[in-house]
Amino acid sequence: MNAAGFPLLSLVTWLPIAGVLFLMSVRGDEETVASNARWGALWTSLVVFALSLVLWVKFNQADGGFQFVENAAWLPQWGISYKLGVDGISVLFVLLSTALTPICILASWDAIQTRVREYMIAFLILETMMVGMFAALDAIVFYMFFEGVLIPMYLIIGVWGGPRRVYAAIKFFLYTLAGSVLMLLALLAIWYQAGTTDLVTLLHTNIPVTMQSWLFIAFFASFAVKVPMWPVHTWLPDAHVEAPTAGSVILAGVLLKMGAYGFLRFSVPMLPVATANFAPFIYTLSVVAVIYTSLVAFAQTDMKKLIAYSSVAHMGVVTIGIFTVNAQGISGALFQMLSHGVVSAALFLCVGVVYDRIHSREIARYGGLASRMPKYAFAFMLFSMASCGLPGTAGFVGEFLVLVGAFKVNFWLAGLGSLGMILGAAYMLYLYRRVIFGVITRDDLKSILDLSAREVMVFAPLVILTMWMGVYPSSFTGFFDAAVNALVDHHHAAIASTSKLAGVFAR
Amino acid sequence: MNWILALPELVLACCGMAILVIGVLNKRDMFQACSMLTVGAFLLTAVLVIAGPTGVGYSGMYTADAFSLFVKLMILAAAGLGVIVALDYNEHANMQRFEFPVLVLYAATGMMLMASSSNMMTMYVGVELMSLSIYVLAAFARDELRSAEAGLKYFVLGALASGLMLYGISLVYGFSGSMGFEQMAKVLADPAKVSPGLVVGLVFIVAGLAFKISAVPFHMWTPDVYEGAPTPVTAFMGTAPKVAAMALLIRVMATPFGHLLAQWQQLIVLVAIASMVLGSFAAIAQKNIKRLMAYSSIGHMGYALIGLAAGNAVGVRGVLFYLFTYIFMNAGTFACIIAMRRKGRYVEGIADLAGLSRTDPALAMWLAVFMFSMAGIPPFSGFLGKYFIFTAAVQQGLWTLAVIGVLTSVVGAYYYIRIIKVMYFDAPAEAFDARPGSLSFVAAASGLFTTLFFFYPAPVVAAAEAAAKVLFR
Repeated sequence: MNAAGFPLLSLVTWLPIAGVLFLMSVRGDEETVASNARWGALWTSLVVFALSLVLWVKFNQADGGFQFVENAAWLPQWGISYKLGVDGISVLFVLLSTALTPICILASWDAIQTRVREYMIAFLILETMMVGMFAALDAIVFYMFFEGVLIPMYLIIGVWGGPRRVYAAIKFFLYTLAGSVLMLLALLAIWYQAGTTDLVTLLHTNIPVTMQSWLFIAFFASFAVKVPMWPVHTWLPDAHVEAPTAGSVILAGVLLKMGAYGFLRFSVPMLPVATANFAPFIYTLSVVAVIYTSLVAFAQTDMKKLIAYSSVAHMGVVTIGIFTVNAQGISGALFQMLSHGVVSAALFLCVGVVYDRIHSREIARYGGLASRMPKYAFAFMLFSMASCGLPGTAGFVGEFLVLVGAFKVNFWLAGLGSLGMILGAAYMLYLYRRVIFGVITRDDLKSILDLSAREVMVFAPLVILTMWMGVYPSSFTGFFDAAVNALVDHHHAAIASTSKLAGVFAR
Repeated sequence: MNWILALPELVLACCGMAILVIGVLNKRDMFQACSMLTVGAFLLTAVLVIAGPTGVGYSGMYTADAFSLFVKLMILAAAGLGVIVALDYNEHANMQRFEFPVLVLYAATGMMLMASSSNMMTMYVGVELMSLSIYVLAAFARDELRSAEAGLKYFVLGALASGLMLYGISLVYGFSGSMGFEQMAKVLADPAKVSPGLVVGLVFIVAGLAFKISAVPFHMWTPDVYEGAPTPVTAFMGTAPKVAAMALLIRVMATPFGHLLAQWQQLIVLVAIASMVLGSFAAIAQKNIKRLMAYSSIGHMGYALIGLAAGNAVGVRGVLFYLFTYIFMNAGTFACIIAMRRKGRYVEGIADLAGLSRTDPALAMWLAVFMFSMAGIPPFSGFLGKYFIFTAAVQQGLWTLAVIGVLTSVVGAYYYIRIIKVMYFDAPAEAFDARPGSLSFVAAASGLFTTLFFFYPAPVVAAAEAAAKVLFR
């Protein structure tokens, strides 16, 4: 049994489905159903979050392996089992998912007025899929959760989204699916090679070098779309702009991390040689993403689109960090993923706040909000600063570590990567100035209200997290240090053994 | 002679005759009663199939084994669902004649014979019994031009396909000197006995059976017949005959021609690729949901053929598993399509589904489940089916087939999610008439199966594996 003494991860994964069943059973007029759906979903997600905090408390930080492991027979004759567990790399993402879900539900409290019950059901199913994906320790179980995310997200964008929601939803679905199906073939090939889909075993399985390149390409097709990396990022601005606020929050906060997590879970440990061979290619794409999408972000007139492009740039930093394959780079990438998960989620919530009031996301539509909305201006400022990577906020630590890791690999990689920080500061400050400062010119902005109590409740945990991660990062890095070191050691050992083998053959 | 082996077929045929007599002798409208009796007969037959002995009988013409058992249960389930979805439709479409369930019953008898045939003659008789019953069913709405046209079209083309197959059988018989599957396998084990004439015969047999599963390039009839036939008949045609013909194709390829893998594998690979590509691309432009389902079924048969192309037990296991998930998805989808009745008139346009999630949330949810499942999105059963098919392809190194398969499944996903888009994202159209209980039952039962199957698929996989292993000893 595991450290919690009961199947904690299964409970965290499947409890939202129990909430779904409750929501479905509610009868009554539309008002009753909507109110029950809101409260039911909120309480379910809060209970799930409380349960997941057990992971935070009981997780053994010194252990680089998997903890809270559960295993149940599913298709035993064919080497597939229902296996869940977390290591230092995945545990914080489980927590990020469970923490963002109640925030999203709270943020949609008034914004969503139509088909509330279906909306909340979609969010709870999404939570199950996200948590299951991060906790899965079997390749097929992983794939089922990874793909399953598409269903609720497709509906959230398509039903509750903006004017071009249909286009955005279908584009999101097909882009992601096209990448994923190739990954399915790669998983099947690995399964055929190793005879099992158990990730713990697969992490230490040697895959023939010739096969590694093909598998890497297949995984890359899936994860690169999900991250998203340039040039397959184009679904992201569309999806973000059209999705409802909470949809954007989850998309930026958790779904984008799935791709990077996939690289860390599959590509880097299982395909070490291909990882080393493809690293320059990934660096190139990432640097292009960092510089190009930052410049594109600069030119945006829509707030959500600007933040969406900034997400692509920040995730470019993450992929640079992952493929440096040294302790600083990967730790930095993980930290950047977490901080981006909090900060970009918060920025989308900031956009949602003014959108709920004025129903416009045009930057030019705003100006001078500081005088009417001081609390809002403060929150927005903090998250903008964190997004540019100001020391003392969450954004700094991750980018700094990644750049340290990149310096170890190549000076120019680090130099070009750090351009992203400068450009990031430029477009975020420019955005902030245009929205918050200046003089109020429009009448409806003169009567705009500051954050309500509910909105303060939404932002408070994110503000605290942003500061906490910036000021005392080791309470987070402590979770993944051991796992990252094990990953890096394993990678270098694999490379060394392969080159030794190659040397033998060459002789 | 061990005649007990064929007891399920005998009992089913006798039940058919009894139901016919009951229907004729009663003056009252006996459609509902005869339908119920038919479902009862299917249940009884299923019990007999499960409890029956295995072995070879009738001078080697008939085989009862784990393979035929698995296939027959699928056929009976699909035929039973086909009768149930017709209950309400036929009343409204003025087709409430008791011959309807009896024809379904005889079609099912033919299919069971196909599943058990181990001789070219049994095979042909089974195929014809099935086909003739379905020709009549396709034209069952006799006052409707479309239905008559569909029946005639299916009959003419089907007769051509039967002719091709018969010609192939005669060639194969001439060159191998035998009709029995086992004897042929023995003869053909010697490569010297494999003459070009025999391979031509093999190709003709494959063509005849490919027509029955509507695989490209023998698919031309499918969209028209699917669209024209009464919808419950389409639902039936999309499931049970496909299962039976696919099972027969597997048995013929695996048993008598098992040693000719090199000759037929290329053929099956080409047919599979063509079916998947055409099935996914041609469906995009469809506006009629029955035509869409026709192309969708062409695509699905393409996927199933991947498993056959693998040419081993793992592949056949994949095919059987795939068909198992497919019949429930298909029956459920058609239950939803039959429920599309507005002011007493049946509608078939995809646009008619607009905003269904507002007007009938339960129906929209089930149809969405079936569409996601057909697109192969986990955790629905359709994903597991595709998973086992692609496992076989990867294992045999059929990478071209596998990559084309997954990529066309993305194209296929486009038109499946477009239906979901119409139901969930578009503004509601006028509501449909109230659903009858029979359709709700089929939709909900199939939907629950499709959704929850992933919890415990192991017994079905094991049964499919046992069935597949019989053919590859």
